[in-house]
Parts: sequence; C-alpha cells; structure tokens
Amino acid sequence: MRIPILKLNNLLLVSIQIELDDQSALQLQEDLLEKIHQTTAGGVVIDLTSLDMIDSFIAKVLGDIVSMSGLMGSQVVLTGIQPSVAITLIELGIDLNEANTAIDLEKGIQILNQSGVQ
Amino acid sequence: MTSHMNIPIICEWDIVAARQAGRDAARKLSFSIVDQARITTAISELARNIYLYALPGNIILEHIEEQNKTGLRITAVDKGPGIKDIKLALEDGYTTSGGLGAGVPGVKRLMDDFTIDSVVGEGTKITAIKWLK
Repeated sequence: MRIPILKLNNLLLVSIQIELDDQSALQLQEDLLEKIHQTTAGGVVIDLTSLDMIDSFIAKVLGDIVSMSGLMGSQVVLTGIQPSVAITLIELGIDLNEANTAIDLEKGIQILNQSGVQ
Repeated sequence: MTSHMNIPIICEWDIVAARQAGRDAARKLSFSIVDQARITTAISELARNIYLYALPGNIILEHIEEQNKTGLRITAVDKGPGIKDIKLALEDGYTTSGGLGAGVPGVKRLMDDFTIDSVVGEGTKITAIKWLK
C-alpha cells in the first residue's frame, strides 16, 4: 500500500495511517526520496502518531530514511512517537539517536522552520 | 480470543497477520497499552525471523493460566536450518541479514519468560510468555 506524501511549501509531510508492512515501509523510503528529488524539499516531517508498534525492521527503514534524506540535503523530523512505542524500542535495543524528533506534527514543522526550512 | 491461535508464516504478509492476531489477543486479555506494544513487537520480530531464515514456520498464541497467573504464550516454531550458536544469536547486534540484529535478544527483553531450543538441520522453537500484572 502506498503512503501519501504531501507538499507544504518547502516541506514534505507524511502521516503513516496504515498497518506498516515491510514492503510499504520500503516503498515509502523510495517514494519519499524520489519526491525530495522532484520537489527539492528542504525538510520532511514523518508523523508516527498512529503507529502502535515499531519493530526492528521498521526502525531500520525509518533510520535509513533519515540518513538517506540527509545525504540528499533534506532534514527529517520524526513526530508523535507513542509512549508505549518509545518504551518498546529502547527495550528492544534500538535507538534512533540520529533522528530529529518532536512531540507532534506542529512542533516538527517548527523545528524545520527554525533551521531555515520554510 | 479462542485460547489457541496458529498463524502459518509463509509469505511476508503473514508477519502482519501474526502481529494483528497478537494485538487482538493481548487486548482481549486486558494487557496494558505498553505490554500490548511489547507483545505485538515480539511477535513481529519472531515472525520476521521465520520469514527471513526458516520458512515455513508457525506462530502459535495461547492464553495460559498458571498458579493464579494469566499469560499469553507466543511459540515460534520452524523447520528451518536451526541455529548453530544460540549464544551468538542472543547477542545484541548479531545479524546475518543486514538488519539491526535486535530481533531475538530484543524479544527476550520484551517478554517475561523466554526459552529457545534449536537443532541444526531440524528447526527452532522459541517460547516467550508475558504475564498479566
């Protein structure tokens, strides 16, 4: 299933609203990088509010998205990680230290605006 | 839930099916939101392990009662190649698939009880239990 990517000025917004299977996660990675390339967006917010679990595979894909977008010159902020998901990820032994995070979509956009991405 | 569910792991989509069954089972047993996330994540890791290394296999979910305790038991069985070095497989960061290597040792931390039996050439059986607090 394809996850929609919205453009807002120089930002891209992604809200994951589906049960994320491996293929959809990889598809998102590809689609998002392509969209960054097309739009030259300086920043991306990926909202994870609806996810009730992130396993090691999804975490790896998200981490890769952050690194790959960074290579292209676009900054990613992950937002809305649920308390239960934060606990589970750390217990699982995964830290997404490299990733910028924010409590919600609004704060995520603020962070990007503050670093010059409008 | 019915007290026993058996989800065959054959294709990648079965990982999601196992995860959904686990989420439903954990909800029905009234596990906390955090424990629901632990259970769902553990199932996802175990199912993916089968999918990547040891097809075909099954994820079995059981409601268990022991000494006035209620629990959910996840059993992951496969007829795959077996694990040569269980100690190594339980080390953080060990992976042969290019993943994060968090899978099996992570499951051990997420759940309360954890056992692993593996015979090279025959397969692996991992049992993990979460007790209702």
